Amino acid sequence: MPIKHHPDSANLMSCAAGSQPEALAAVMAAHIAMCPECAAEVSKLEAIGVALFEGLSPAPVQRSAPVVRARAGEANHGSTMPEPGPGGDVPAPLVGRIGHRLDDIAWKRLGPGIWHYPLSLSKGAEGDLRLLKVAPGKAVPEHGHGGAELTLLLKGSYHDAIGEFQTGDVADLDADVEHQPIAGETEGCICLVASERKARFKSLFARLVQPLTGM
Amino acid sequence: MVSVSEASPRAYRPVISTITSRTMADLLHRVAERRDVDAFKKLFQSFAPRVKSYMMRQGADANTAEELAQETLLMVWRKAALYSGEKGSATTWIFTIARNLRIDRLRREVVWQPLPENADEEASSDPLPDEELDARERRDRVRAALAELPADQSEVVTLSYIEGLSHSEIAERLGLPLGTVKSRMRLAYSKIREAVEDLR
Repeated sequence: MPIKHHPDSANLMSCAAGSQPEALAAVMAAHIAMCPECAAEVSKLEAIGVALFEGLSPAPVQRSAPVVRARAGEANHGSTMPEPGPGGDVPAPLVGRIGHRLDDIAWKRLGPGIWHYPLSLSKGAEGDLRLLKVAPGKAVPEHGHGGAELTLLLKGSYHDAIGEFQTGDVADLDADVEHQPIAGETEGCICLVASERKARFKSLFARLVQPLTGM
Repeated sequence: MVSVSEASPRAYRPVISTITSRTMADLLHRVAERRDVDAFKKLFQSFAPRVKSYMMRQGADANTAEELAQETLLMVWRKAALYSGEKGSATTWIFTIARNLRIDRLRREVVWQPLPENADEEASSDPLPDEELDARERRDRVRAALAELPADQSEVVTLSYIEGLSHSEIAERLGLPLGTVKSRMRLAYSKIREAVEDLR
């Protein structure tokens, strides 16, 4: 299935620069693992960093080169990226955190037809990173707000005023864009959602309760 | 106050090192294949001062920057076998190591961006004989494109790549709305995009 919705070019650049907030960097890494187009793009955009890096005036170093010894078999040949297992549907960068299969995740119920699984961030990192699983036809809750947000469809689909988002697609929307995604009718959806601000659960629960109270 | 003058495209000085990019790649291959300690020392001399400078721009004090330069080059030694000339120049590869180390040590955050590796995807390209030439030409084009950027666009690009600031941090630093920062980044992208394309 071709990926139709990609991250914005401003995010592709700061991904290449390595300057995204951790939660957003996680979504980018997962998307890149699913999207060869963006993988190639980000690697090209590293050339900007290299050009700027080469333009820096060198700072004199005090110490000489670290002592290294030529020992056979010392070289690190291995990949640091875990490979997705057979039948796995989790992108490689996330496998170390959530395992190989989305079905095996210990989902926590958040409301009718909605589950989540929070992923921890580094101690000093702000923001929020979590998986959301939404039953067919249910509204996908939004959270965060006010800061940058990225949503990656890991499974299934959702649609909103902008269009249909399917597996591998990223919703990279400016904060002021109003939208209310609805999970696809056949299999619902599972998304990886990052925001650079702490999630605001109050509004999340308000949203979840809204349809019930008819407000 | 923001000082971006040092790395601003207008301030480009010629790369001081006399070692060419081809030599860099050769040195890296010697380290990878033969565990050549002399080649490693030459790489250190060429790259450590600029890595230190980069780390200082990323907010490290001189001592920490020096340690991170040591560590970056030590990582080059350890991971040299993963370097592939097909995936970009030696400088690109070493830069990505420095970038990732900076996320790990200075931001103390998880590094989500892997190093480019031999093994995986990039379904492209039989290696061309004049790859290093391509890389050099591309570098010149990128520099020229950066130098052409209006000051407000080159500022956000430098803050992103060299000072390691996120869009929101840039917005805060410059006292601009987030949307303005992102649109400047997008404009810069549209002007540089062509320059980073492979000539194939």
